[in-house]
Amino acid sequence: MTVSEKDVEQLAFFSRLDLTAEDKAAYTKSLNTILDYLAMLKELDTGAVEPAAHVLPVKNVFREDSLRQGLERELALANAPEVEEGAFVVPRIV
Amino acid sequence: MRLHTLPVHRLGELMERKEFSSEELVRNYLEHISRVEDEIKALVTVTEEAALAQARAVDEKRARGEEISPLAGIPMAITDNICTEGVKTTCASRMLYNFVPPYDADAAARLKRAGAVLMGKCSMDEFSIGPAEEKSGFFSARNPFAPEAAPGGPSGGAAAVAAGEAAFTLGSDTAGSLRRPAAFCGVIGFKPTYGRVSRYGLISYASSLDQIGPFTRDMTDLALVLNIICGRDAKDSTSAAVAVPDFNKSLINDVKGLKIGLPKEYLAGAEPGVAARVREAAGKLEELGAVCEEVSMPHTAYALPAHYIISSAEASSNLARYDGVRYGLRVDAGDVLGMFSKTRSRGFGEEVKTLIMLGTYVLGAANYNDYYVKALQARTLVRQDFDRAFEKFDCLITPASPAIAHRKGKETADPLAARLSKTCSVPVNLAGVPALSLPFGMVEGLPVGLQFITRHFGEEILLRVGYTLQQNTDQTRLKPGLAC
Repeated sequence: MTVSEKDVEQLAFFSRLDLTAEDKAAYTKSLNTILDYLAMLKELDTGAVEPAAHVLPVKNVFREDSLRQGLERELALANAPEVEEGAFVVPRIV
Repeated sequence: MRLHTLPVHRLGELMERKEFSSEELVRNYLEHISRVEDEIKALVTVTEEAALAQARAVDEKRARGEEISPLAGIPMAITDNICTEGVKTTCASRMLYNFVPPYDADAAARLKRAGAVLMGKCSMDEFSIGPAEEKSGFFSARNPFAPEAAPGGPSGGAAAVAAGEAAFTLGSDTAGSLRRPAAFCGVIGFKPTYGRVSRYGLISYASSLDQIGPFTRDMTDLALVLNIICGRDAKDSTSAAVAVPDFNKSLINDVKGLKIGLPKEYLAGAEPGVAARVREAAGKLEELGAVCEEVSMPHTAYALPAHYIISSAEASSNLARYDGVRYGLRVDAGDVLGMFSKTRSRGFGEEVKTLIMLGTYVLGAANYNDYYVKALQARTLVRQDFDRAFEKFDCLITPASPAIAHRKGKETADPLAARLSKTCSVPVNLAGVPALSLPFGMVEGLPVGLQFITRHFGEEILLRVGYTLQQNTDQTRLKPGLAC
């Protein structure tokens, strides 16, 4: 077993997910099944092979830092669960 | 006239000859949708009023004698992870159950500008990852060839074309979601080169693998749609500044002298019936003058675990944006952290949560080198397999899926089993190369799909090979068994 229920509890916290005790057991089982399978990569000799985050020669693309019209505020807020005075509302943070 | 079985280019010709108007065509499609949709379940939203208005606008343009595109007035549908302005776009997730995008995806905008008529949004797996949960109001499409067989992955787009609910559709492909469903439903699916079509407005799953592409009924339609959706877009910095050819000119009925490789690792893992069809297609191409030879792609087996790691890592980061603040579901709690986690726990389905946690695990400081970096190295090796093959071959022929469509429910029981059926499709996403999924006959009453793969930005060769097969065999046009 690669991950314990305690590990999964922490992964859930990092992922901002709440798990019930039942969930925890189930996810621990399925994550271990997956990780056992992924272990096959260990047999692959990758020595000094360059890792490829992207396979095409893509680079940062810059544009002129000029003023341009963005999304209208009203449209940007239209899907928000709670809005007040032109801003997103969240529970009190500080 | 059974308009819903005709290809786009035929519909365009008939409208040009004033056989019927776009409004009549759209009404015909709407009637057909109301007849078959209960059985097929390919569309989560039908935009009847807007479609009729769009069709009338095209008819007026045509009446005024204005120049119009070959897609003008043609009924299309777009998968529910591609943003459509003012039309609900849910990703089949409770998380986005009420999301109405304020803008169009670039590909959707291009099609609209060309006059294509949006009929509705296609059903899919939740975030393209796991099965849609019927209890949350979403559903999986049925395979028009057999209701008990799954249409495969985010599937409404392929099922809609096969069932005649749209003349073509737009979907996305991260692990084969354009190519496998196309194979299962007997239609054409095409994954362009990474960067060929802008991802702006495509709801992200794994950004280095995601690509938008079409489902169509034939190769001529494919060229027409690619001509509209391909091209550089300043709003997607990974979209390629590479000239887009006129794909109509790639429809050449000739494969003489083309060198086509048969990767033995892809054939070895396929069901015997499927492998036999692939060999038969290769034989046909040889008969037509191509040269087919076996080739080895030694790292193929490592593509799947590498893809699993990379896609989970990217998904865990992309899906972090769903926090109940700016859009979608919010579940209230006393504090911010509680709201985030309650929202995400309620909003995501089981497989999405598994993938997010897996991604969080492989990116963790303790595991980063063993998993994530290792996967990126494997990705380089997979790409090098393709590079080597394309030094010798113009394209490769493989199965689009190692098996025909599974019985419904079978694939979803075990997340690993679902992944294993993607062995033929994921190497293409890892390498960013383009691939065509083309129907080629049936096995046990279900369609088989061929996959043709070529080098970056070499789409023209795929259109040429597909077109030649379409012109010289009767195996690429399949008729579904359901009342479509």
